[in-house]
Amino acid sequence: MRPFRKLTARVAVIDRADVDTDQIIPKQFLKRIERTGYGQYLFFDWRLDENGDPRPGFELNNPAYEGAKILFAGRNFGCGSSREHAPWALQDYGFDVLIAPSFADIFRNNCIQTGIVPIVLPDGQVRSLMDEVDRAEGAEMTVDLESCTITAPSGATVEFDFDPFQRACLLEGLDDIARALGHEDAIAAFEAGHPSPIATTALP
Amino acid sequence: MTGMSKTLFDRIWDAHVVRDEPGEPALIYIDLHLIHEVSSPQAFEGLRLNERRVRRPDLSVATMDHNVPTDGGPVTDPLARRQLEALRANCEEFGVPLYATGSGREGIVHVIGPELGLTQPGMTIVCGDSHTSTHGAFGTLAFGIGTSEVEHVLATQCLPQAKPRSMRVLLRGTLQPGVTAKDVILGAIGRIGVSGGTGHVIEYAGDVLRDLSMEGRMTICNMSIEAGARAGMIAPDDVTFSYLEGRPAAPRGAAWERALDAWSELRSDPDAVFDREVEIDVGEISPQVTWGTNPGMVAPVDSVVPSPSDFADPERRESVERALAYMGLEPGTPISDINVDRVFIGSCTNARIEDLRVAAAIVAGRHVSDGVRAMVVPGSAAVRRQAEEEGINRIFEEAGFEWRQAGCSMCLGMNPDVVQPGERCASTSNRNFEGRQGRGARTHLVSPAMAAAAAIAGHFVDTRELAALE
Repeated sequence: MRPFRKLTARVAVIDRADVDTDQIIPKQFLKRIERTGYGQYLFFDWRLDENGDPRPGFELNNPAYEGAKILFAGRNFGCGSSREHAPWALQDYGFDVLIAPSFADIFRNNCIQTGIVPIVLPDGQVRSLMDEVDRAEGAEMTVDLESCTITAPSGATVEFDFDPFQRACLLEGLDDIARALGHEDAIAAFEAGHPSPIATTALP
Repeated sequence: MTGMSKTLFDRIWDAHVVRDEPGEPALIYIDLHLIHEVSSPQAFEGLRLNERRVRRPDLSVATMDHNVPTDGGPVTDPLARRQLEALRANCEEFGVPLYATGSGREGIVHVIGPELGLTQPGMTIVCGDSHTSTHGAFGTLAFGIGTSEVEHVLATQCLPQAKPRSMRVLLRGTLQPGVTAKDVILGAIGRIGVSGGTGHVIEYAGDVLRDLSMEGRMTICNMSIEAGARAGMIAPDDVTFSYLEGRPAAPRGAAWERALDAWSELRSDPDAVFDREVEIDVGEISPQVTWGTNPGMVAPVDSVVPSPSDFADPERRESVERALAYMGLEPGTPISDINVDRVFIGSCTNARIEDLRVAAAIVAGRHVSDGVRAMVVPGSAAVRRQAEEEGINRIFEEAGFEWRQAGCSMCLGMNPDVVQPGERCASTSNRNFEGRQGRGARTHLVSPAMAAAAAIAGHFVDTRELAALE
């Protein structure tokens, strides 16, 4: 996972509530066994019509959002299926930061694992920043994870909360498996003190 | 939490903390790791790249479910075949037991865990699949994870987790005849909302649960994720214990007696405090039908399709407008006037033996309506065998249903079972998202009884008034 510290980039807005991961990446693209290359399938059915042409009404086809790396979304973004292909597709498409009033739990975890920064702001703040982005077409925003601040196109600064541990992981791009393996003694001690409920999954 | 009193969730959580340091998420131990072909290949690849092994292959188990065709034929889709072959190769390389297609033990991962007796009260269970919440019906802490976390569990048998908040959904009252567990959970999601449970582990409580079979309880816990919850659970009781007794992985003899003693302790203290409480009178719940594009967009069968103007919140109004346009529905249409093209009885929500028995009882001696294509997809090879022993397959086939092999099938259309664009499907699955069952497919989530009745009538029918089918 590559570290994330600070980013200044264009912003896109998908102002819809309860966007599920089936929309972010439809099921037909989950059969691949690779971890990369999913960006071309992002929001496939919403972004492209039956002939593979861009649907003009879909937000990400708005030329003002081209090259955006920051995505504003409605509440409960990423609900539904646990497919990590959703953040893989968002990242591969170019998004490094997501900002919404709330995220679904599994999706949010998957973002952290992927190195995408999911930022939660109050509803009103999300709304006014979305409006500002759409007034200042093609404007850029700065997201600073070290100081936990967003600098709006107007120059105004907005602070956000972020779990300090997850923030440290994103800032350093840490491998949490290596960290857990560093606690081998604790894991082995737990196993010694807690016999497994099932003898084995290899049934006769 | 006050004093020493604990919720069921607290009990299971506390018993699995390997390490808990301030400023870090707790490291919790995982008792059972379920694996399927879709969310695991990149995790195994990660192990290889880092030269890591699977720490506890003996606590891991894999099956093939999402991609497998249910017509009994070979896997013709080359991508699906490659993914299934990757699972086989990975399980072999890392020593993980695999119940592959044709082994007789295959099936939907959330159906085979319980039926093999691998799912046992008090355990922590994860799977790279959001419907892992199903296993909470046995009084386990069971939740879905992403592929990176799958890799973490493979490598360490542990998972770093911030402890979710607790929520009790108290189900008061008794069910009307013809109303089932599926209606209860759909009705509950309609009230709680699709993000009402976010950040929480739900414990379902109430006398009505004592009268539900394990199948019914699994249906309820299965859809906890559709309310946004991390997990759902129900305290185990004699129904749980008798379901488990004698299953292949269940303890035997003295170990069984010890297990019963331990399992009997698994409940919330009477004075345990939950972060959130919701009460629902289940006596008020009618058979439910979803009309929109998420499981919270649901209505009683004896009502009408709502209008966007019924909703005060502008964001909600816009979602409803978009949903009705996708679903091709007019506000004010009676739910029972909605005709269906397809009927799907299957999925990890409703493809267990009891679900098939209930549906078969309704279709017996009747025939699928002209123009409707209906299929029954058992949740596992074992469910299929059991149903055939009971003659249930004959009832379905004589009524004009297709009787298929086990798999996830039309729940998510990752295999040849898909709903065509614009077709309307009464489905016993768990998600009515846009395109879930196929591009342009229109899904209405219902109970197995409601799906069976819709297949016969060609439109939705109130299962409290089945005489209408005559």
